[in-house]
Formats: sequence, structure tokens, C-alpha cells
Amino acid sequence: MFAIMKRELLSYFTSPLGYVFVAVYYLFSGLFLFLFTLSYQSANMETVYTGMFFVMMIMIPILTMRLMAEENRQKTDQLLLTSPVSLPRLVIGKFLSAFAILLVCTLIFLVYGLVLSGFAKVNWAIILGNIFGMLLMGSVFIASGLFISTLTENQMIAAVGSIGLNIGFILIDSFASVMPAKFLQELFSSLSFFGKYSQFTLGVFSVSNIFFFLSVIFIFIFLTVRVLEKRRWA
Amino acid sequence: MIRRSPAAAERIRKMIEVKNLTKQYGSKLAVNNISFSVGEGEILGFLGPNGAGKSTTMNMLTGYISSTSGTACINGIDILEDPIAAKMHIGYLPEKPPVYGDMTVMEYLRFVYSLKKSKLPRESHLAEICELVGINEVRKRLIRNLSKGYQQRVGFAQALVGNPGVLILDEPTVGLDPKQIIEIRTLIKKLGKNHTVILSSHILPEIQAVCDRIVVISRGSIVANDSTDALAKNMSSDHKLVIRAEGGSEDVKKLLSSIPGMDRVFVNREAEPGVYEYYLEAAQGKDLRREISKKLSSRNYPLLMMKSNELSLEEIFLKLTTGDNYGGVDK
Repeated sequence: MFAIMKRELLSYFTSPLGYVFVAVYYLFSGLFLFLFTLSYQSANMETVYTGMFFVMMIMIPILTMRLMAEENRQKTDQLLLTSPVSLPRLVIGKFLSAFAILLVCTLIFLVYGLVLSGFAKVNWAIILGNIFGMLLMGSVFIASGLFISTLTENQMIAAVGSIGLNIGFILIDSFASVMPAKFLQELFSSLSFFGKYSQFTLGVFSVSNIFFFLSVIFIFIFLTVRVLEKRRWA
Repeated sequence: MIRRSPAAAERIRKMIEVKNLTKQYGSKLAVNNISFSVGEGEILGFLGPNGAGKSTTMNMLTGYISSTSGTACINGIDILEDPIAAKMHIGYLPEKPPVYGDMTVMEYLRFVYSLKKSKLPRESHLAEICELVGINEVRKRLIRNLSKGYQQRVGFAQALVGNPGVLILDEPTVGLDPKQIIEIRTLIKKLGKNHTVILSSHILPEIQAVCDRIVVISRGSIVANDSTDALAKNMSSDHKLVIRAEGGSEDVKKLLSSIPGMDRVFVNREAEPGVYEYYLEAAQGKDLRREISKKLSSRNYPLLMMKSNELSLEEIFLKLTTGDNYGGVDK
């Protein structure tokens, strides 16, 4: 598991992808911080966190597109799948590699907090809660991207497919508002990713939301394992 | 589902045991009910034309794909029942070496080392492997910049990591130059002394040079399974000749057919003006070369060429699969 994670991380940073991803993440988060917080002379980063949802939604598929698609194309999956490694460990190793990069990105918010604390009183609990929220949301995108990447040999298709799926996650809210029946409306809004993420940005740290995201991550990792298993049995 | 064979009664321990293995892709039967076993320290050649099911069988043996029915056991462990334990004993070199272009050779081998959870001392073990397959001089280079031959050898090295008891090599010499081919063959022979090796190829001499036993597979089924010597003897072609003689083809054909023990005479083509090429087949084990020469000279038909019609792999296939004796053309 850690061998696979280590290899993927190595691969992220032998190609420019890892550097570019981290740099673009810092660029956008820094830009948002300047536009939505510093320029208003406020210490409230709520809009920055909201903005990061969309940045992650578009960028994380770029990070995950390669994970399995490239193995499928280069036939290196033959090495992984004939090694004494279980499929869940293989998938989690892949997941953790992308997560490690996301972690490096997200921890920049500690620096932002530090910068803000020079000018105003900062509520560290909210910042930490939001870092946690962004990591959870990002992990959902990683898991869904990894799943889509397993389905194809083509990185581009993997990226476009995952972005599409992620857009679908937001559209759940819009669907909720057009549903004809009350219970369908409730069902859809209870599945809202953005709604749950917004609660983090508002400083609400809800256990049920955490469980919701963890379940989604689990489901996608499970589906990824199933796809690999199914291909073996096809 | 593991059927226990009376292993105690066997003289050699069976490292690989395949029983009624079948793989079906939709309506296409890729591998049809094959069974064979390989003993410890044996080198088995897996011979067949492209698309015969060699790679599919190997992929099933290594647990990359599952079988539709039947079992494959490595060292007594069913690959589908306990894949992790079975895979510990396997080193696999697929048709396309599973190497990562963005890693250096050593990075890659260290990755494989941890992937295979090897307990051997890492650096000395890997150094030994590099020495063995001859990739010492490229250890620090990116795999994507290596030539096909070197990539193939890195793939070979990968299969040796962790010193597995069973080596499964799918066309290991493809893409190598003749010198490298000989090196790899020598290496396989050396490894065969304390490993069980399955080696696939569509090149007969390669298999003959290395393997103790040959399994010939065609269209998903085993058509022959015998020791290399026995198969070669069976396939021996002393009694099949190609000759060229000057003179009218009909007359010569009649003359040759009159030799006692001559089974068939077949006019192939006019090789030069007035000179015809013939395929001759004598009864099994009969050497008619002297009679042919005498007979032709007695009638003043100069004999311009005579050689034994070495069976090409294609002919062996035709022979094994259709029973046609004049399948191939000597080239």
C-alpha cells in the first residue's frame, strides 16, 4: 500500500504535474484570500473556502486522471495485479498519494491564518474545521476521480468524466428545487454536497456531515475495487 | 474445490498444476479445457502461434484474469482461492514489460521489491539481479529512455525480485538482438536449475534450446505435451526431403515414386529452367537418400540439390492440428 503511494508521489513530482497542481492551488487560494478577505479588510475567509470548492472540483480530476488510466494503458496493471497486494490496498495506496498532495495544498490555510492573525483576532477552530472540511470534500473528488480513472485507458476521458461527475454533485441542489414531490426535494437536498460543505465554511462542524462524506469516499473506493475485480472476472 | 493430488506419490513436487482450465470471452473460447503440470526445477516451453491462448493461460496462472472454469495451483495454492499467498511464489514477465517510464531502473526495482514484500536484503538482492540480467550500466537511467531490449531485461529483472519459486515468462526474448537472446536463454537455463519456469514463445528453436518439456497449444487447446527430445524425434524429418533435379517433372516423379518405401512425391515448382523441385516423403524412419541419388543418376537426371525438409513451426502446427503432411514450404 505504501509502496504504491510512494511510487505515485514520485511520479507526481518527476512530471511537472505535482508542482503545477500545488502551484495553481496556492495561486487560486492566495488570489481568493486577497480578493475576498484582505481587500475587504476582514478576517472572514468564508468566501475563500467556498471558492476552493470549485477549484478542487475542477483541479482534482487532473490529479486523479492518471492514477489507473495510465496503468491500464501501459499494461503496468499486470505488475500490480499479479503482485501479492490486495485490491483494496492497491486502491487505497493510489488514493493516499493524491490525498498527500491535497494535504500539502490545504495546509497553506494555516499560513493564511497566520498572516491574518497579524491584523486581527483569528478563530483557529474555524480555520482548522475548514481545513478538515476541504480535505473531506477533496477526498470525495479524489475517490470519484480514481473510480472514473479505473474505467478507462484514456487520461483525457478520465479527467472530463470526473469533472462531469463532480458537476453532477453540485447539480443535486438544483435538482432538489425542481423535484415535484416534497419527499423527493428533501431526499435530494439531504444528498447535497455543496450544502454540507457550506456548513463547514460557516463554521458548523457537524458529525453527520463528516459521516456523509466518509461514506461517499468509502463507496467510491469500494466501487473502484469492484471494477478491478470485475475486470479480472470478465 | 482444491482437488488433492496424490502428491506424496509423485517423484517431483508439482509447482504448477493446471486442471481443466477454460477461459471464455463472450462466445469466443480463448482457452479450452487445458490441463498440465510442471514439476519443481523444470523448464516448460509453451509453444503456439499468435492468438493460440498462450498469454491468456499465463494471465490466468498469475491471477491477472480469472478462469471461466477449472483450477490453477501454484505450489499447491489455488490462485483464485488464496491469490495473495499464491502470488508470493510467482515472478511474472508479461508480453509487454510492465515498467514505468518515469522511474529509474533502481527506483523501479525497489518499488517492485516492496510491492512483493520480499524479506531478502534489499540492496544486495537487487544488485545480484542487475548483474544477472545485465542491466548494471543503466541502473540510474530513466526506463523510458532505455532501448526495447533493456526495457525487456528490466522487466525480466522485475520477475526475479523476491526470488520466487515459479517464473512465468511470456515471450522473454522478443525485441532482443541475437546476442542478448543467447544471454537470456543461458540465463533462463541457469535459473531453471532452482526455479520452475514456464516460458512461452512462437519460435521453436528457442524452446528447443531451453526447455525440458514442451506444451504445444493451438486455438486454445493442447495438441502436444511431451519432452523436448520425444517431440523432436516425433517431428523428426529424416524421411522428408527436398530435392532439385534436372529433367521432365512427370518422368522424374514416376521414377522417384517407384523407389520402394517412397510414400509421396510432390512437384513443388520449377526452380530453374528445366530443373524442378520435389518434396519427397518416405515411410517413417526410412532413409532413402542413397536410392534417390542412384536412381536419378542411373537415368541421367542430374541431382542438383538434396536436403532434409526441416519442419518449421507452421508445419508442426499443421501436422499436430490437421494431420496434413505437406503443410509448409521449406524456405
